[in-house]
Amino acid sequence: MMVGMERNQYDAECFLLYYLFSSERRRGKLAALSIAAMVILVGVPLWWKTTQTYRAWLPVAQINELAKLQLQLSADVEVVFARGTATPEQQKKVPVTQTQDEDHAVDEADLSLHRLSESPCGSLVIYVIPESSSLLPENVNVYIGQRRTALLRIGAQMKVGKTLKQLLAHLEPRVKQILQVMSFSHNDITAALSDRVRFSPDNKESIADSMRAFKSSPGYEITFSLLNPDPKSHRLHWDIEGAVQTYIQPLLTKLSPVANFSLDSQILYYAMLGVNPRYDSSRSAYILNADSLAHVINPVEARLGSNAASSNPVLNFLLYVPDAHHSPLYIHDHKKREVQTNAFHSPRWGGIMVYNVNGFYQTGTNFPVDVNINMAKVMGVFLAQLRLLLGVQSTAPPSSFQVAPCGSSGLADWELDRLMWSRSVENVATATTTITSLAQLLDQIGNIVINDNIAQQVSSAVTSLQLAVAELEVGNLGFALQYSKEAILASEKAFFDPSLLHLLYFPDDQKFAIYIPLFLPMCVPILLSLLKIVSEVRQRRREKQAKKD
Amino acid sequence: MKILTLLSFFTAYTLTASVNIEDSAGQFFSSGHTNNWAVLVCTSRFWFNYRHVANTLSVYRSVKRLGIPDSHIVLMLADDMACNHRNPKPATVFSHKNMELNVYGDDVEVDYRGYEVTVENFLRVLTGRLPPSTPRSKRLLSDDRSNILIYLTGHGGNGFLKFQDSEEISNVELADAFEQMWQKRRYNELLFIIDTCQGASMYERFYSPNLMALASSQVGEDSLSHQPDLAIGVHLMDRYTFYLLEFLEDIHPASKTNMNDLFKVCPKSQCVSTPGHRTDLFLRDPGSVLITDFFGSVRKIEITMETINLTDPIKQMEENSGNDVQTENNTYVDQLPVSEIIHQKPKQRDWHPPDGFILGLWTLILLVFFKTYGVKHLKHVF
Repeated sequence: MMVGMERNQYDAECFLLYYLFSSERRRGKLAALSIAAMVILVGVPLWWKTTQTYRAWLPVAQINELAKLQLQLSADVEVVFARGTATPEQQKKVPVTQTQDEDHAVDEADLSLHRLSESPCGSLVIYVIPESSSLLPENVNVYIGQRRTALLRIGAQMKVGKTLKQLLAHLEPRVKQILQVMSFSHNDITAALSDRVRFSPDNKESIADSMRAFKSSPGYEITFSLLNPDPKSHRLHWDIEGAVQTYIQPLLTKLSPVANFSLDSQILYYAMLGVNPRYDSSRSAYILNADSLAHVINPVEARLGSNAASSNPVLNFLLYVPDAHHSPLYIHDHKKREVQTNAFHSPRWGGIMVYNVNGFYQTGTNFPVDVNINMAKVMGVFLAQLRLLLGVQSTAPPSSFQVAPCGSSGLADWELDRLMWSRSVENVATATTTITSLAQLLDQIGNIVINDNIAQQVSSAVTSLQLAVAELEVGNLGFALQYSKEAILASEKAFFDPSLLHLLYFPDDQKFAIYIPLFLPMCVPILLSLLKIVSEVRQRRREKQAKKD
Repeated sequence: MKILTLLSFFTAYTLTASVNIEDSAGQFFSSGHTNNWAVLVCTSRFWFNYRHVANTLSVYRSVKRLGIPDSHIVLMLADDMACNHRNPKPATVFSHKNMELNVYGDDVEVDYRGYEVTVENFLRVLTGRLPPSTPRSKRLLSDDRSNILIYLTGHGGNGFLKFQDSEEISNVELADAFEQMWQKRRYNELLFIIDTCQGASMYERFYSPNLMALASSQVGEDSLSHQPDLAIGVHLMDRYTFYLLEFLEDIHPASKTNMNDLFKVCPKSQCVSTPGHRTDLFLRDPGSVLITDFFGSVRKIEITMETINLTDPIKQMEENSGNDVQTENNTYVDQLPVSEIIHQKPKQRDWHPPDGFILGLWTLILLVFFKTYGVKHLKHVF
C-alpha cells in the first residue's frame, strides 16, 4: 500500500512538474517566437533603412531620352532677288522686297545692304544679283561680306529657265554652298560632336583643325609675355595695355557671348629659347628650322607661370626679341623658306613670334639701346594666331568665293555665328555625355550618396539641355548658346562635385567579415529555438496521428 | 569575359578606322595628343622605405629632363626622406650607391606631401573631384588630347596597394577611376607603371580603352630592391625602377625609341621577378608609340602663315577722371605691443578658495591628529 501511495504521490509530483514544465515550455516557445518576430519584423527593416545611403531622385527617364541626342539645326536664310534676276513670271510668285544700286563698289554695297535688313545672329541674307552685274569680278560668283550678308551671282536667264521651279532648282545648290561656308557644314558638326561620334575625317586639315582649337570652356586666360634674353643690349618698351585695348579687346568683346576672357601680360628677362639657331652665312642671319621649333616651348614654359586660382585653359602668346649676338633670327618652314610672319603656334597652347630689333640701331652704338616695339605688327600676328586657336578659322572656302577681310574687330559676324553654331553643338553634346555618364555611374555604384544639391544641378542641366535643343531647332542661335552654356556649367558642377567619391567599395568577403561577428551570435539561439519549436510541433502532430490510428 | 570580347571587337573596328586616319595625317599628328601630364605617387612612409621615394624622384627627374614642366606634373610623396632625421646626408636622396646621383636636386616641386597622400586624394586627383579651393598645381587639368603617365610605387599585394601603412586601394577602385576619366575624356592615352610586389594584379581589372600598363612583377612574385648603401643604411632603389632609369637616361627629347624597348627593360635575369605588361586595351600598336609620347613633352608646331593688317593707331589710355572711390588710408593695428610686454607688472591673481585636494589633505591631517591625541583636545582648538 505504501508503494501505491508513494507512486501516486510520485505521479502527482510528476504531473505537477510536467504541468509546470509545459507552461514554462509554452512561455519559452512564446518568448522565442516573439523575439524572432521582433528581429524579423522590426530589426531587419531598421537595419536596412539605417544602412541605406541617401540618394536623391534623379530624372533618369529624361536623361535617357536626351542620350539619344537627335539634334536639328535650322538657320534662317533670306534670299533677296535684285532687279533683273527673275523674270516677271517668277516675280509674281516670289514676294518682291527691294532693289539696290549697282554702281558702288562691292563692299560699300554690302554695308548699305546690311543696313537695309539687320539680321539677328544665326540667320543669313543672300542677295541674288544678275550675271551681267559689275559688282563682282569675272571669276568670282559669291561675295561674303563682313556681316551676315552674301552676294550671289546668278546664271544667265537662258540657262536658268523660265519657271519658278527651275529658278529655285538653280539656286539651291549655290545657297547650300554658301550656307556651308557661312554657318555650318557636316564636317563642322561632326567635329563638334567628336566626343560622341568617332571622327574619321578625310583630310589632314580637318584633323589639324580639331586638334588645334581649344575645347569649349566657360572662360579662357590669355597671357602676353615679352621675352628679353639680353637686357644689357636692348631696353624694350612695349605699350601692351594700349595695344590690347585697341586691337585685342574688340575681338574679345565680340566673343563675349561665347566665353569670358581674362588678360594679363608679363616681361621675362634672361629667358632663352633653349635651342641654338644655326648661322646661315648666305643670308647673314640666324635660322631656326621647323624641326627644332618643337623643342623651343618646353624650357620656356616652366618660367611662364599661370593664375593659380582658376582652372581655365591658358593661351600663351610670347614675343621673343633675340639677343644682340644672335640677331637677326628668322624662322624657316619645312621647305626651308623664310616665314613672312616670323611666328609659329602650337595647338592648344599658344603662339610665339620672333621680333628682330637689329634694324633699329647701328652697330657701335652704346648699349643698352632703347627700342619701341611696333605693336600693330605684333598684334596682327597674335590676333591671327588667336583666331586659329579659338577655332574661328575654318577650311578655306571654294575658289569662286571671295571673302571680305574681317575688319577692325578681327572677326566677321558670320564667323562669330559659325563659332556659335559649333560651340552650341559641342556644349550640348558634352553636357549630354556628362549627364548620361553621371547617371550611369550613380546607377552602377550603389553606395554613393546623392545629395540634394547634386540632384538639383542634374535637373537644371537637363532642363537647360532640353531648352537648348529646342532653340537650336527653331534657329535662335543666341538663346541656344546661352542655354547650352548653362547646361554645361550645371552638368560639370554635378559631375565634379567633391562628395561623389566611390570610396565605399567593399569586396564581398569583407562584408561578411563585418556582419558575421555582429549578427551570428544573436541569430544562432533564435534560429535553434525556432527549429526546436518546429520539430516539436511536427512530433506532436505525428503523435496525434498515431493516437488517432 | 563577354564584355572583354565585345570591347576587343569595338577596339578592332576603331583600330581600322584610326589606322586610316594615321595614314592620311602623317607622322606629325599620328599620336593625337597635344600635351603631356604625369602623376607620380610614392605611397609608403618610414625611413626604411627610402627606396620608394627614390624611385618616384628618379622618374620625376627623367620626366622633367625630357620636357614635361612642373605645372603638368603631380608629384605625391608620402614621406620626407631628404629632411628625415635619420638621413646622414640631409637634403639629398640618392639613387645609386656611392652617392653618385642625387635625385632630389634643388628644383623639386612636391604637390602632395606627407599625410596628404591618401587614397581619397589620389582618386580625387584622377577623377577631378577636388574642392573648389584646390590650387592649380594640385589638380590634374588634362583634356581629351592629353597623354598621361601614372607611376605608382610602394608595398602592394594581390589586388591592392598599400597607402601610408593604414589604407589600401584596390584594383577595382583604380579601374573604376580610369573609367570615370575616360567617360569625361580626361585623357587621350594613359601609360600606367607600377613597381610593387605582385604589381600585375593592379592592372588586371582595367576595362577602359587606350590604357597601357607595365608592372614590375607578376601575381605571386615579389619585387626586389636593388642594392643597399652602407653609409645611408637602407636600400636605395628597387630593381625595376633602377633599370628603367638606366633605360631612360639614354632617351633624349628627339629620340625615336618605342614602347617595345620599354617592355624589354629589366628581364628576369636582372630583376629576379618577371615584369609584365598589358596592351590589349591600347588602340595603337606599341611599336609605333614613342617613349617621348608619354615621358617627354614634344609639342606639335604649326607655322603661322597669316597675319591681320591692323591700321588703327593705338588708343591712348585716358586717365581715370577723378577718383570715384575714396581711398582710405589703412593702417595696421599694432601687432605686437612691445612696450606693454616689456614693462608689464606681474598680474594680480584673484584669490580662490582652496581646492578639493587641499581641503581633503587638511581634513586628513586633522583626523590623524585627533585620532592620535583624542577628541578632548578639541576644546583647545575651539
